[in-house]
Amino acid sequence: MPHDASPPSKRSSDRQNSGDRASGASSNGKEHGPPSPGKDDNIDEPAGDARDFAESSKAAPPPRLDRDVRPPLPPRPTNISLIQDSGAIAGQRQHQSPRAQLLSRATTAISKADIQAQPHKDSPKKVSPTSEQSTPPQGPSQAFGSIRSLKGLGRSDAGDTASIRSFATTVGHGGDNESLLGDGLFGSSQDLPTWRLFSNEEGGIEPEELDRSEDEEIDMNFYKEFDAVAGVSEVGQDEEKLIRQWKAKQKHFLILTSAGKPVYSRHGDDQLISSSIGIIQTIISFYEANDDHLKGFSAAGARFTIMSQGPLYLVAISKLGESDTQLRAQLEALYMQILSTLTLPTLNHLFANRPSTDLRRPLKGTEVLLSALADSFTRGSAPALLSALECLKMKKSQRQIINNTLLRTRCPSLLYGLIVAGGRLVSVARPRKHSLHPSDLQLVFNMLFEAGGIKAGGGENWIPICLPGFNKNGYLYMYVSFVTASPSSSSSADNNNNDEAIENPEDISITQDTVAILLISADKESFYELRKMRDQLIDELDKNNSMQTIRSAIRQGRPAPTDIVPGTVIRHFLYKSKGNVQFMMPSFEPHFPTMLDRRKLLSLYHALHAGVHAKNAHLKVYHCISRNAVSLAWVTPLFELYCVAGPNASRNALAQSANKVIQWMKREEERVFIIGGAVF
Amino acid sequence: MVDSGNASAPKPSSSVKLVLLGEAAVGKSSLVLRFVNNAFQENKEPTIGAAFLTQKTALPTRTIKFEIWDTAGQERFASLAPMYYRNAQSALVVYDLTKPTSLIKAKHWVAELQRQASPGIVIALVGNKLDLTKGAGGEAAALPAEEEGVEGEGEGEGDGDARKITTQEGRSYAEEEGLLFFETSAKSGVNVQEVFTAIANAIPETQMKTSRQGAGGGAGGGTQAALGSDRVNLTGGKGEAKEGCAC
Repeated sequence: MPHDASPPSKRSSDRQNSGDRASGASSNGKEHGPPSPGKDDNIDEPAGDARDFAESSKAAPPPRLDRDVRPPLPPRPTNISLIQDSGAIAGQRQHQSPRAQLLSRATTAISKADIQAQPHKDSPKKVSPTSEQSTPPQGPSQAFGSIRSLKGLGRSDAGDTASIRSFATTVGHGGDNESLLGDGLFGSSQDLPTWRLFSNEEGGIEPEELDRSEDEEIDMNFYKEFDAVAGVSEVGQDEEKLIRQWKAKQKHFLILTSAGKPVYSRHGDDQLISSSIGIIQTIISFYEANDDHLKGFSAAGARFTIMSQGPLYLVAISKLGESDTQLRAQLEALYMQILSTLTLPTLNHLFANRPSTDLRRPLKGTEVLLSALADSFTRGSAPALLSALECLKMKKSQRQIINNTLLRTRCPSLLYGLIVAGGRLVSVARPRKHSLHPSDLQLVFNMLFEAGGIKAGGGENWIPICLPGFNKNGYLYMYVSFVTASPSSSSSADNNNNDEAIENPEDISITQDTVAILLISADKESFYELRKMRDQLIDELDKNNSMQTIRSAIRQGRPAPTDIVPGTVIRHFLYKSKGNVQFMMPSFEPHFPTMLDRRKLLSLYHALHAGVHAKNAHLKVYHCISRNAVSLAWVTPLFELYCVAGPNASRNALAQSANKVIQWMKREEERVFIIGGAVF
Repeated sequence: MVDSGNASAPKPSSSVKLVLLGEAAVGKSSLVLRFVNNAFQENKEPTIGAAFLTQKTALPTRTIKFEIWDTAGQERFASLAPMYYRNAQSALVVYDLTKPTSLIKAKHWVAELQRQASPGIVIALVGNKLDLTKGAGGEAAALPAEEEGVEGEGEGEGDGDARKITTQEGRSYAEEEGLLFFETSAKSGVNVQEVFTAIANAIPETQMKTSRQGAGGGAGGGTQAALGSDRVNLTGGKGEAKEGCAC
């Protein structure tokens, strides 16, 4: 049924019919009667879509149980009896919601704690006191708090250790894992206070005390995510405490050699991680010895994804619910960062000579780059998710002028010339034969804009760098010069006044209004030549007013969704143009002001992305409804669109808005994206 | 050192190419940052490749424009160093007063410079992180001791004096090799300006690549004039290099 470019509206209205009844369109559910549990909807989404796709939508609710690959389970009266056990409330819900029996997904066991967790999470406020009194085992359930939070907070079966374990061992299937963890911590932590605020303002339910305390714990954890774990060797450090801190991190990246030597760890010093490294190496090599390559496994609510690249093992440990494919892409980026430091021949040479090489020495000084990369993945990065670039929006004619200026001032040894403003591409000059690989640019941008070192140093830079996508066998040389875009502080003549800016390198505003000129050459002696080109380039850009153009484009920032489609329900979207390998997104403001909001948004995007990219799901349109957001992924050969609306938005409105976004993108394509660029 | 005979209004200005060498994390970039911006940054991230900065210093008789190559200390960048010191008139070889291996590395650099760099190169040996030591450089003692914990690069042991290399050791080596010698703190600023001034004074006027005089306009042009010779080489090597990489 779904054609490639068919607008989602029709399909979603299909869903509307079936969904309201079967998959519990939460928007409607919220308005009358007790809200159908958000997480429940979460669980249903993929099922709903799969069913959608199979055109079996209107048939009957039961198929919803056989989402995933698991066989359907027999009816479970025990379920109901347990619910009744746990208090009248649950029973009440049972009556009100025809779908209550679907509260839990197919599991092999149901524990009391799960059921008790249900009312806490989902029933309206008035109910909660009762439930608290009438369910003595609440204590235990609270004690499980941390465990549950790992396993997918509040998911009916997610809290169920037994069932998790039984599925957890499925190795290496992105789709499956996604369904297990994809709406794990952050999937369900869309129930977190900030998200719930949305539902509040739209007449939703009130958050409950128990939830909130747990949620806040997670919030706090996320804000602590980037704090350093102190070194074991440091005086007065309690190792137990450090290990607890270390384990509390939502995400770990470990790199080790196949000989078991640590190369890099995002958190913790050598002494702290050595035992973990040892265990991981043992596990991996156990499988390797049997010629069976371990790709991933789940344990303690975290997904372990392993990538082996030549002499290196890269391991991602995430509680944030990315799919294996997504985690592997992140590991790939870390590996590329290592290659970009060493080149592939050097890396292989090191290990060919001495398999027990300690790679930390040759990599010394690049830990910051690896960590910047790792942190951007932990915060959630749209460019990394979509493997696409973002460009600064400007008029086609204006960009043309900049392109031509680049070409005019081009010096003979130039390979690539880039102008980047606030992490967004303004213009590219490249040889006809070579395009720029997004993963290469990801590394470059990471070095320049995420890791503060180069910018903070001031001056111009000459950096040997291997761009693996271009050629992983050798170095290129990159000239980098930052030009302050705001005219007031363009001159650094009065040095003493600059102290503040320099001593505060984390100041985001530096990134925001800085224009970087990147000139890449294959000739390591061409610094002065490129430097001269930079001078000319800036000169001409100033003369033909392009600097002014760039400045105002930066100042304008990304448009809000409502600027793009007036009155839209869409709060945020990602649009990727597959042909241009570029993406566009509106501003995070006003709906996603904090890092945590954005992480949750990105988690939702990750879930959508995993949904439409799952190996066996040839989905074109993926509609996802939870208590906190209604979202839509729409994939055609030309583009991918992911959009998110508030929890009470109707799917029709969302679909209409999505169509309008597509129309807008078509209209603005030449402004939003760099098409062709300056080719020589 | 230079006799101040003529104190006319526009002083002659000349550019001096200077390269910083030394082990990783001894504070090369911090010295430059202090000199150029009079700033200090805790836990500065390692330099990648090399950074190029300029700064003017006024001497009694002339203005010196330093063109500074701040190189990365990591071993993998060592092969690029000749490119930076090849035409340099001066070099700053930096070690960390609290780290004995860094002086050994510094000695290697001095030897390499004496062997490979242009003959008249002025080399200054600089022991940095004076703020982590006690007693030595008068002013440093005034620094509160607890700041050492914050110092990211410091190998400090927590007690008052983390010094591992005595002033005498550095000085006697410098005298043997005919180097300028300073102990500095990029953090507190002690002796930083002095190092650069001393270098500027030590360079014979004949060696300076004098450029057009006066303020303002001279800046860009001077650089390029000084670098003319480089560019000739570049055009030669460029063709093959590009082919080599475009595979």
